[in-house]
Amino acid sequence: MTATVTATAGRPARPPEMNVFLGLLGIALVFEVLGWIFIGQSFVFNLQRLQIIILQVSIVGIIAVGVTQVIITGGIDLSSGSVVGATAMIAMSFAQVSDNARAVYPALTDLPVIVPIAVALLCGLLAGAANGALIAYTKIPPFIATLGMMVAARGISKWYTKGQPVSFPTDSYAAIGAGLNPVLLFIVIAVLFHLALNYTLYGKHTYAIGSNAEAARISGIKVERHLVMVYAIAGMLAGTAALILSSKNLTAQAGMGVMYELDAIAMAVIGGVSLAGGRGSILGTALGMLIFGVIISGFTFLRIDAYYQEMIKGVIIVVAVVADVARQKRRARMV
Amino acid sequence: MSDIILETRGLTKRYGGVHALEDANFTLRRGEHIAVVGDNGAGKSTFVRQITAVEQRTAGEVFFDGQAVNFAGPLEARESGIETVFQNLALADDLDVPSNLYLGREIIKFNLGPFSILDRKAMRVATQKALDTTAVRIPNLSNPIRNMSGGQRQCVAIARAAAFASKLIIMDEPTAALGVQETGQVENIIRGLKARGVPLILISHNLRQVFDLVDRIVVFRRGRIVASLRREETDGNDIVSYITGVKGGEGARA
Repeated sequence: MTATVTATAGRPARPPEMNVFLGLLGIALVFEVLGWIFIGQSFVFNLQRLQIIILQVSIVGIIAVGVTQVIITGGIDLSSGSVVGATAMIAMSFAQVSDNARAVYPALTDLPVIVPIAVALLCGLLAGAANGALIAYTKIPPFIATLGMMVAARGISKWYTKGQPVSFPTDSYAAIGAGLNPVLLFIVIAVLFHLALNYTLYGKHTYAIGSNAEAARISGIKVERHLVMVYAIAGMLAGTAALILSSKNLTAQAGMGVMYELDAIAMAVIGGVSLAGGRGSILGTALGMLIFGVIISGFTFLRIDAYYQEMIKGVIIVVAVVADVARQKRRARMV
Repeated sequence: MSDIILETRGLTKRYGGVHALEDANFTLRRGEHIAVVGDNGAGKSTFVRQITAVEQRTAGEVFFDGQAVNFAGPLEARESGIETVFQNLALADDLDVPSNLYLGREIIKFNLGPFSILDRKAMRVATQKALDTTAVRIPNLSNPIRNMSGGQRQCVAIARAAAFASKLIIMDEPTAALGVQETGQVENIIRGLKARGVPLILISHNLRQVFDLVDRIVVFRRGRIVASLRREETDGNDIVSYITGVKGGEGARA
């Protein structure tokens, strides 16, 4: 007994990201084989397809980077999709061109692009900070606090223009999400927060709070303040996603970002971020995001109905959580 | 300078109508190791929680290092030099050994406010040194604490207290959940603290251990200190009769 424990403690465990990566390869391989059998062409060795795979998930991926940090603290954020909707509407209303007869603020058109960018980041930040403050200071469960924000923010996005879409952005605004920019922005954000989580005080305290909030408190970490910061950052990343999405689509609509929060949570969970808190990484989430992208593209590639996509996505999410729970049980037995 | 490091006068804690701690008068000298013993619910842990300010006392005074103190919380107590090893280990299971040792007091390489860059190497080196001084052997420092045995985890918790305690260490049943070998390791750490002259308050149910390790034994019973005896002037039976109430009656000065 003792001998096994010591042996385990001495050997560095295989990083969970490795399993996610193998999962990604496995799924890609399945599509590759099916592709040659049914379509007669390669799935993976197609640069255009690879670009599309990454492009269509990178916006939700930016949200998932924020959600990953929230989940590591032991929390959850259900509001990000709605925050995307509300932020897109509000930011876009400050980015409209003057020759648009139906601008939301006819007096405030042709503004420099920095204005809608600042507005978007601020909206996301405020929504996230409100989430964090509710959770940290009223001690209500994160699920409830962010559920409230989810409903309220969706309300704001519908109320803002009474349901009318906001369109016709300036050229500079339209440039934000053009081409492969969403992918580049995702990579920059992911690298930034990978560094923050691994090499800074912020990351250390984020993991500590999710691992044992009481120990963190006794050790002098300002748990409440830190939680507000983590949720605010997650909100700001949702705001960033809204910016990119509305720019890419050249319009903002009240229904934008519906279900994004669940996709983002699913990417994190598939990537090995533990819902119990304390464990997970941006690298894992990025791999989880790619699994998502491969599945969506794979089904389209095989010309299978979108209905099946959702079913399979659901199954994969549940499998990922079951694997996480099994991992925790194994650990509990060992100690 | 007085040789008394910690003194409590009339320390009292009530939870509603429950008198968990009544009029505790206690002194600890520099370099002294004291055991606090007593039955479950006798007030031992309550006593410690008042000193470390995990809870706020109902009445009484605490003097630490020659001054009356009123810590607002455990952090303040820690900053003034009192390190506590809590009964439920205050460790973050998913972090490695250096991160746990330096939790809340990380060494910074480059100050950027909340995003300050950690000096991981310095913390690792210092951790190895702290473990060496306390004679704790951990095979792989960068493994999460979760993957370690109860004894190793407890040793990390104690090494952490020992590494930073400038003036006083309090241990609340440090060996309660440990095997024989692991208990021996923890006891060796305590002997090392004695040799270094670091004062200690040890809460323990294990009388054999108490007689092995400390200079003085303080007995709690029903929220009161009923005896304070030098190790040489007492024995196991004597202590047990104080714990069970055969001896001691109403109270004594510690």
